[in-house]
Amino acid sequence: MVKKKGEVKIQIKDLNLYYSDFHALKNINMDIRANRITALIGPSGCGKSTLLRTLNRINDTIDGVRITGEILINGKNIYGEDMQVDRVRKEVGMVFQRPNPFPLSIYNNIAFGLEINRMVKSSKETAKIVQESLEDVLLWDDLKNNLKMSALNLSLEQQQRLCVARVIAIKPQIILLDEPCSALDPKSTTNLEELMQEMKQKYTLVIVTHNMQQAARLSDDTAYMFMGNLIEFDETSTIFTNPSKKETDDYVSGRFG
Amino acid sequence: MNSKITDYIIEKIIFLCGIIAIVFVVLIFGFLLKEGFAFFKEYGVFNFIFGKYWYPTSNPASYGVFSLIIGSLLVTLGAAIIAVPFGIMTALFIAELAPKGIRDVLKSIVELMAAIPSVVLGFVGMVTLVPLVRSVLDIPTGLTAFSGSIVLGFMAMPTIVSISEDAIRSVPWQYKEGAYALGATKWQTIRRVVLKAAMPGIIAAVMLGIGRVIGETMAVLMVTGNAAAIPSSIFDPVRTLTATIAAEMGETVRGGLHYRALFGIGLVLFTITFIINFVADLFLNKKR
Repeated sequence: MVKKKGEVKIQIKDLNLYYSDFHALKNINMDIRANRITALIGPSGCGKSTLLRTLNRINDTIDGVRITGEILINGKNIYGEDMQVDRVRKEVGMVFQRPNPFPLSIYNNIAFGLEINRMVKSSKETAKIVQESLEDVLLWDDLKNNLKMSALNLSLEQQQRLCVARVIAIKPQIILLDEPCSALDPKSTTNLEELMQEMKQKYTLVIVTHNMQQAARLSDDTAYMFMGNLIEFDETSTIFTNPSKKETDDYVSGRFG
Repeated sequence: MNSKITDYIIEKIIFLCGIIAIVFVVLIFGFLLKEGFAFFKEYGVFNFIFGKYWYPTSNPASYGVFSLIIGSLLVTLGAAIIAVPFGIMTALFIAELAPKGIRDVLKSIVELMAAIPSVVLGFVGMVTLVPLVRSVLDIPTGLTAFSGSIVLGFMAMPTIVSISEDAIRSVPWQYKEGAYALGATKWQTIRRVVLKAAMPGIIAAVMLGIGRVIGETMAVLMVTGNAAAIPSSIFDPVRTLTATIAAEMGETVRGGLHYRALFGIGLVLFTITFIINFVADLFLNKKR
């Protein structure tokens, strides 16, 4: 792997993951750097979503998943014995493929994370963070008079923005995005990509995308995966213009996949 | 040609069956209204509903059902207090917490509970629960509203458990994943997301369970003592609307005032269950 500049935020070491008998991730080693957007690309079933979902241990909720190896965040192994899984998930936020706001009001969608993580002492404080988070995702002006409305009444783009807002409200260090634009139209996709570009000032972003153009225009680093292996990981410009592996070249130039 | 005739005949038969069901319901309702209103006209609705004394065989007879309404409501309320928390927690356990093996066993047991005939439950209650209530609480008789509530709570459980469990299990997995991803524990996720999302279904389950309880006759007839007086506490004997109809219908003169009074009771009962079912429907539709 090529030498990289920038602080390493996530260090993946000899990671293997099995769904019962199926070996889904094979010996992954990868250093993800802070305040950059790292894209995971590859054909369906290559393990990119699975890899993403190991970073906040959300795979733990699935029966039959077994993991070996280490993932260090700020130098601490999140699979270590003394690590509390809900603490990990507070620091590593996640935005899902389908917008999944809770069937609660817009306000309570954001207040939920603040309250369960005991981050607020008064309702005034909650209201302040709700406003800040909604401002950050550019929803505040549209929704400030409708905060009691059910989040399920929002458009898909607004729902996905709300899902981002609810993650940034609890001030994580890392945000994982699992094909966050796949349910959105092109205009909404552009809007959300702009939001992500701004977010990387404050957070480390890791995004799974099936859309190679999106990876090319959005990300700083790109990892190409195939059949559970990490084939190549480098700066995005290198992966798309001058990859060192032939498989990577075949995939990004559209000859395969 | 032949198959066309078969089609025609089968279609008509199915149509007939559907229509007959509707016609029967309308006829039953019409009959209830006719007899009930004839009674109301003669005795007065207010005297009927708020009258304190049910002495149908005295002279002059008195047909006040207030004590019966209180009896029904008291037994139902008691049953709800027992069955609702217990039922919802059982449903939660089955849907969210139980390992697969236990879940399947529990589900079958709950379904089996629903299949116990009410007269059997009443009988078992009469010979086991009633003496127990009497000796444990040290009261003159174990035939009380409290005993009725326990037996009926038991009968409402299967409905509440199985419909709530459906509602809880149909909460989309994405909601839970979203909550976990924000650092929620399992209990926080259940309490604040899963139960909220399943609430319309759970309320419908409770309503249907209560609907079953309030219409239940045989078991309450056997364990509540059947004293038509306004009870001073849940540990007094009571008589319910349903038990009154069942116990007295055989002794009335067809077409007489007493006979019609029982139809009046039927109408009151019908109104109560209709309201409950209507509310349950509202919540079930809200869910969709």
